[in-house]
Amino acid sequence: MKLEMGYIHIKDIRFSEESRIQDGILYVSEKAVRETALEDEKLKSVSFDIARPGASVRITPVKDVIEPRVKVEGRGGIFPGIISKTDTVGEGKTYALKGMAVVTAGKIVGFQEGVIDMTGPGAEYTPFSKTLNLVMVCGAQEGIEPHEYEKAVRLAGFRVAVYIGELARTLTPDETTVYETCGLKEGIEKYPELPRVAYVQMLQSQGLLHDTYVYGVDAKRIVPTILSPTEIMDGAIVSGNCVSACDKNPTYVHLNNPVVHDLFEQHGKTLNFVCQIITNENVYLADKQRSSDWTAKLCRMLDLDGVIVSQEGFGNPDTDLIMNCKKIEAEGIKTVIITDEYAGRDGKSQSLADADTAADAVITGGNANQVVILPKLDKVIGTLDYITKIAGASEQTLHEDGSLEVELQVITGATNETGFNKLSAR
Amino acid sequence: MAKIKVVHYINQFFAQIGGEEKADYPAELRVGETVGPGLAFAANFKDEAEIIATIVCGDSYFNENLEKAKADILAMVKEQKPDVFIAGPAFNAGRYGVACGTIAAAVQEELGIPAVTGMYVENPGADMFKNHVYMIATKNNAAGMRGAVAKMAPLALKLGKGEPVGASAEEGYMPNGIRVNFFEKKRGSARAVDMLLKKLAGKPFETEYPMPNFDRVAPNPAVKDLAHAKIALVTSGGIVPKGNPDHIESSSASHYGEYDITGVTDLTEDTYETAHGGYDPVYANQDADRVLPIDVLRDMEKEGVIGELHHLFYTTVGNGTAVASAKAFAAEIGRKLKADGVDAVILTST
Repeated sequence: MKLEMGYIHIKDIRFSEESRIQDGILYVSEKAVRETALEDEKLKSVSFDIARPGASVRITPVKDVIEPRVKVEGRGGIFPGIISKTDTVGEGKTYALKGMAVVTAGKIVGFQEGVIDMTGPGAEYTPFSKTLNLVMVCGAQEGIEPHEYEKAVRLAGFRVAVYIGELARTLTPDETTVYETCGLKEGIEKYPELPRVAYVQMLQSQGLLHDTYVYGVDAKRIVPTILSPTEIMDGAIVSGNCVSACDKNPTYVHLNNPVVHDLFEQHGKTLNFVCQIITNENVYLADKQRSSDWTAKLCRMLDLDGVIVSQEGFGNPDTDLIMNCKKIEAEGIKTVIITDEYAGRDGKSQSLADADTAADAVITGGNANQVVILPKLDKVIGTLDYITKIAGASEQTLHEDGSLEVELQVITGATNETGFNKLSAR
Repeated sequence: MAKIKVVHYINQFFAQIGGEEKADYPAELRVGETVGPGLAFAANFKDEAEIIATIVCGDSYFNENLEKAKADILAMVKEQKPDVFIAGPAFNAGRYGVACGTIAAAVQEELGIPAVTGMYVENPGADMFKNHVYMIATKNNAAGMRGAVAKMAPLALKLGKGEPVGASAEEGYMPNGIRVNFFEKKRGSARAVDMLLKKLAGKPFETEYPMPNFDRVAPNPAVKDLAHAKIALVTSGGIVPKGNPDHIESSSASHYGEYDITGVTDLTEDTYETAHGGYDPVYANQDADRVLPIDVLRDMEKEGVIGELHHLFYTTVGNGTAVASAKAFAAEIGRKLKADGVDAVILTST
């Protein structure tokens, strides 16, 4: 499958009477995006704001971060099965607005939404301090259940991102990259000497606000399957989860999955990037066994030489990670896993809830329990009302001078387990 | 700014007194002298630090007169009041390595003066002391002096100035059981691809997290006589009396709660809730028995299926809680349950 990605660099976002993109500046009609967001009657209100890199702004509680894209050629549309009709994506031509994101925020759903600081020490840890953020703070209608609220906010974010992506349809991209994978036979013939490598992505599917959707299907209800790695670039996988902010994959990370991009970088040079395998992280033992068995089986059937496995979340999914690693290694396939650590605030504890000697090649996104002090910032988009309840915060979080004492856990994307960041630990 | 004051410890060989035949050389303080490898340190420090004294001691003397040598050397160091203490590097010299580790750890622990040493990873002193004192990994012989000093000197300066010390991979010290965050040059996914390519090619690679020896607990044999057994409930699902009176954290719990359920037959929305931040709390808050099944156990108590339900339950939040904390809670809870004559425990999670 061949997908041409056109990148359009956004230099600023401004509110305006009419929505358009001109000379790298995104002009947004507040009226239009509000109407798009409020198409869902479960949402009562939405307010929009712009957070720029370096500004003294804190966004919280953050739910999702989304990069606007538009499909300009080929089958399907962005977010198939969710916003666009179901159709296989990953071929043709897609434009992405680089340097910006749509960030959804609002009253808390579970305990686990995150913080994005646009400046200061917190900004060093979140990748979304470097993007121009169009933030939408959504308010729910009275009496709707938290999970309905979560869904309404999630979909509103996608609608707004797609609305903004559409503004780029007729533009000429600043940069273009072509991503192409081969069919199985074609790949073997074309690259007979190169090791056959796949990416095994574990999708958060613990349920109860820990969900991921693939073409609109709840990932709890999938068995492991294969994707062309270009499918994610059109939004085949989206986040629906509220696990700890530091190591959940916002939709932005799915769209820009770094393992996919870095394997493409080596494709045809040092390795043959065969495909992406997706599996889940269900909480029942039978599901864990079935999914890890199937993942290893698919790796074997594809005659792979090596895989990279990425995790999402921590604790319970550590067992899925280790089961996948053990079973894939047992097939004689070289495995590298990407995780993060909960080594305690002092760094002295065992980092994962499970371990095995087969996991001899580990990449870590850092210790999520590390404490940081986030100084008071001038402006809060959203609310600090729930800050002590976000996972990684405590009753002692809010200091008298307005600074926050928190674990990295609270910071959106800080210890991402697809290897999105440079943070690590030893 | 005043220069950082350093006291340097070396053996008889590096003081050019002699080899094995002089290994019984007793501890000696040379105030104002920079000796042997000290010159390399001094060059590396430039104007930031100076070696105010060198202590020389024979390797056999140190190890055969451990207590006396240690006490003498500690007294010498104390008198000099340095900002930082450096021992070695010892490379692969076994007795020298043990001496460096012993004295560096003692200076740090007993005098409160930060210390750094260096040696080859297979030196017996490494395993003994790498978790006690910063220990730079060096080559296995003195040809590696330059490289060793290039890492030990900057680390000594940081310690002397009280500056934060980075991760082992950055500073060059041996992993010491304390995980420290730092920023790599490449993002994680690119590091994963690099590591996989090395692994596929059969080339050496270094994992970023060596797997620990996992603590697995074998389950006890089944309880034979349930009808006379005292059963307790323990949960990591965060069920607490409404309002979370002991403020158990929603994640990374620092403590557990102990609550009396004498007379309680059912947990209701008005009386109990969950403090757990790792799952949607709606269903647990509606009916906490879903996580801590007191209602069912009361029925079983009445029906004579179990002897009795223990009047206390123990609870904490498993979400993101460090294994070391969980282990400490479990040891304490276990002792209390045993003291109360509990025969079996039902552990519920979420």
